[in-house]
Amino acid sequence: MSFIAKPKIAHPGLPKNELGLTRRDYEGGMSTLCAGCGHDSITAAIIEACWQMSMRPEQLVKLSGIGCSSKTTAYFVGGGHGFNSVHGRMPSIATGAIAANKDLHYIGVSGDGDTLSIGFGQFAHAMRRNLNMLYIVENNGVYGLTKGQFSASADIGSKAKKGEENLQPPIDPVLAALTLGGTFVARSFSGDKEQLVPLIIAGLKHRGFALIDVLSPCVTFNDHEGSTKSYEFVRDHYDEVVHADFVPPAREITAQYAQGDTMPVTMHDGSRILLRKLDPSYDPTHRGQAFNYLRDKLAQNEYVTGLIYIDEKSPDFHEVSGTTALPVNQLPFAKLTPGSKGLEKILSRYR
Amino acid sequence: MQHAASPDSPDRINDFVIKLANVNGTGSASANTLLMKSMFRMGIPVMGKNYFPSNIQGLPTWYEIRISRDGYVARSGRIDFMVAMNAETYAKDVKEVSPGGYLLYDSTWPRPALLKRDDITIFGVPLARICNETFQGVRSRILLKNIVYAGVLGALLDIELDVMRSLLGESYANKKSLLDSNVKALELGYNYAKEHFPCPLPLRVTRMDKTANHIMIDGNTAAALGCMYAGATVGAWYPITPSTSLMDGFKSFCQKWRIDPETGKRNYVIVQCEDELAAIGTVIGAAWNGARAFTPTSGPGISLMNEFIGLAYYAEVPAVIFDIQRVGPSTGMPTRTQQCDLMIAAYASHGDTRHVLLFPNSPEECFYMAVHAFDLAERLQTPVFVMSDLDIGMNDWMCPDLKWDDAYAPDRGKVLTTEQLEQIDKFYRYFDKDGDAIPYRTLPGTHPKGAYFTRGSGHTQYGGYTEDSTEYQIVLDRLKRKFDTAKTLVPKAVLDSRGPTSLGLLSIGSCDGAVREALDLLRRRGVQIDYLRVRAFPFGQEVEDFLASHSQVFVVEQNRDAQLRSLLTLETAVEKAKLHSILHYSGLPMSSSVIVDGVLASIPEKRLAVGS
Repeated sequence: MSFIAKPKIAHPGLPKNELGLTRRDYEGGMSTLCAGCGHDSITAAIIEACWQMSMRPEQLVKLSGIGCSSKTTAYFVGGGHGFNSVHGRMPSIATGAIAANKDLHYIGVSGDGDTLSIGFGQFAHAMRRNLNMLYIVENNGVYGLTKGQFSASADIGSKAKKGEENLQPPIDPVLAALTLGGTFVARSFSGDKEQLVPLIIAGLKHRGFALIDVLSPCVTFNDHEGSTKSYEFVRDHYDEVVHADFVPPAREITAQYAQGDTMPVTMHDGSRILLRKLDPSYDPTHRGQAFNYLRDKLAQNEYVTGLIYIDEKSPDFHEVSGTTALPVNQLPFAKLTPGSKGLEKILSRYR
Repeated sequence: MQHAASPDSPDRINDFVIKLANVNGTGSASANTLLMKSMFRMGIPVMGKNYFPSNIQGLPTWYEIRISRDGYVARSGRIDFMVAMNAETYAKDVKEVSPGGYLLYDSTWPRPALLKRDDITIFGVPLARICNETFQGVRSRILLKNIVYAGVLGALLDIELDVMRSLLGESYANKKSLLDSNVKALELGYNYAKEHFPCPLPLRVTRMDKTANHIMIDGNTAAALGCMYAGATVGAWYPITPSTSLMDGFKSFCQKWRIDPETGKRNYVIVQCEDELAAIGTVIGAAWNGARAFTPTSGPGISLMNEFIGLAYYAEVPAVIFDIQRVGPSTGMPTRTQQCDLMIAAYASHGDTRHVLLFPNSPEECFYMAVHAFDLAERLQTPVFVMSDLDIGMNDWMCPDLKWDDAYAPDRGKVLTTEQLEQIDKFYRYFDKDGDAIPYRTLPGTHPKGAYFTRGSGHTQYGGYTEDSTEYQIVLDRLKRKFDTAKTLVPKAVLDSRGPTSLGLLSIGSCDGAVREALDLLRRRGVQIDYLRVRAFPFGQEVEDFLASHSQVFVVEQNRDAQLRSLLTLETAVEKAKLHSILHYSGLPMSSSVIVDGVLASIPEKRLAVGS
């Protein structure tokens, strides 16, 4: 962590987005995580993505549970509304918040303990509901705040700091998401901002539940030799399959890619993401193929990253619910009550 | 037909109890409702109570209809007419009939040995044979058997046939063939009784005018209606008996009244969650984001919700929780009633917490308290529990017409608008600006100045994270003061002064009917008791005053451990010894005899003699 808070005075020459805001305007409180923590890099990527999107800060809702990862919602977009709830239950807070106001941006930040152990049920059901939100798992395979226990994402054979070996199979959030019907499934690495920033933008633009599992090494408890979630191990076993570039609605696709390797996907608001396939045979719209590809690579100790699967057509929570266009928290009271005349009619059934 | 003496009292007109022993899943509910509603339409006060199993089909179920010209709503304890439709329970059912009473059974299969008592009259009607000879199809024969016995009762008890016919007409308004077969079954039963039995019996009904401007409704439906009228837009739940019909009711009201006429879209969101933890989380998320949100549940759900309730208390987020109490502990008896969640609701969650509880005594109060609960939750920024129970929630009660004041505007509490945020220099989430211990809040998306970080971890009055003892205590002490503010806002206790007397009786919720009847009975025996019906926790000053001004106070409640008495001793200045518990926790609704016996047993003879 940086112990000296940066002054809030921005250099006049800092680049500004469409709202006239600089990156500094998207920062939050000072991080209290360990120096070198992967989570801080993800925080930086979120700040960059929100700035690039010219998001109005107060339109952002930041939700989290409990754990190191969940603390980070205080470290970005200080002008947004944060809710640090209870362990593993952020998805239900998100469900309610999104039910009440469908027009805001929602980012949920969670960890591997918060998502895959105590919160696995809520995680699964948030995905099943296809809530319109970005859900980031800051995945380090270890419980940090309680000092180094294995989490449910720890790989078989991965070693704890004191040498203990994990013998239970991991729960992989990406494989789980593909099975549970996730409509936007991605994996990234906290050390790869080039990949992560466009994924965050695409995830926020996605209409429905966007999962990004970000491998995010814990420098204090899980960055040693023998760990499969260390910086070194992840860098060495990291295999990007589909790179997503975000293209805003007004902009043309200008970059040159080899024929057959690219795939544009139009998002709900008219913007596009351009998927650059590093393995030309891979189809990120084929759930079964994505699952098999990932499982095979995992068996070879390879982390497949990038935008692994996307389905932009499935209806989100509000479409399924048939909710009215105006967020329900803004409906005028007169539309909500049938009044005394209505009551007369209603009561006639009970006479 | 075995004929016994006529009922013990000649004056049993409009004052008796019918019990119907059925098999669940056989369609008896519609026949039983038809009987009760017919008498209600004849202007006679009635009360229906359903004793049903936690099962879908095949187990015994009973329905009890009390006809009370004096308007008593509790169980009476007697059974004057038993309709024995379940051969499995004949032995038990025949025993329950009060001397001089009647029993009706299906004599297609005569059971003279089992159904034998000299002091009651037994009517055998070949219900199954009648149906088999008249109707086609196994299912409709089973269903219509119930309507046939309704017809038999109609003739025996002098229920107006036209009223019964018109009720069937309303039920099957769009189903001509069903209407025809039902009316036919009704008339077959009616005519059979006229032909074979001395109709009407001395025990019978006759038209009154006591149900004008009244409805028959269950508490869950009334609460659901209250939620719609309060402007609730998000309902989250996990199905659990006996609360399920509350969300079912809300859904059906919304489907009728909350559909946008132009787009056909819904002006509400209902989320059926994966469990009760998610249900309360969804409520908290929605209320935090500015929607009126609620969840109906029962005891096991409250247990699961505890952690989240503590978060809502400490982070100061409104939430409305309907606890339709059932028998505990653990799974207990899911289809039986109790008031056993008082303590867990009052202090739900770890840490120092106290919650606002409302105690409706009837479906009528379920409606009004549902609306009030949303106002209180948003005004106080805290969870509010409506402590109903299975008896109120699932049984049909006769209530005065519900009224709606079109001038009502919801109290959304201290929520800063965009304009107000524009004016202020800086927003502090947990600061007691007004001295009432209630801070201001903002909603996401309103204004960058309104942004703050909501957390269940230690926080300062300015909204920042803290591990500082003093900063932590400032907020915790204010929350305690906020509970004092709550005392002034919750519904006041209702005093029924019957004195002068030094005896008091204090009770809550669904005990009310039994208490009122018991107090009348006791008065006839020379015992005068003042009655205070507490309607909310925290207890107001009027509760303190009542406890102080009576030398002995009976506390009547439906649980084993005297939870209301515990709350009184913890939260008021009353001496424990002054409070005398009368407890009923069998799972069946309370009858007045429990209270009469409890009071008489504890009053010394000489006090009884002098009348107080």
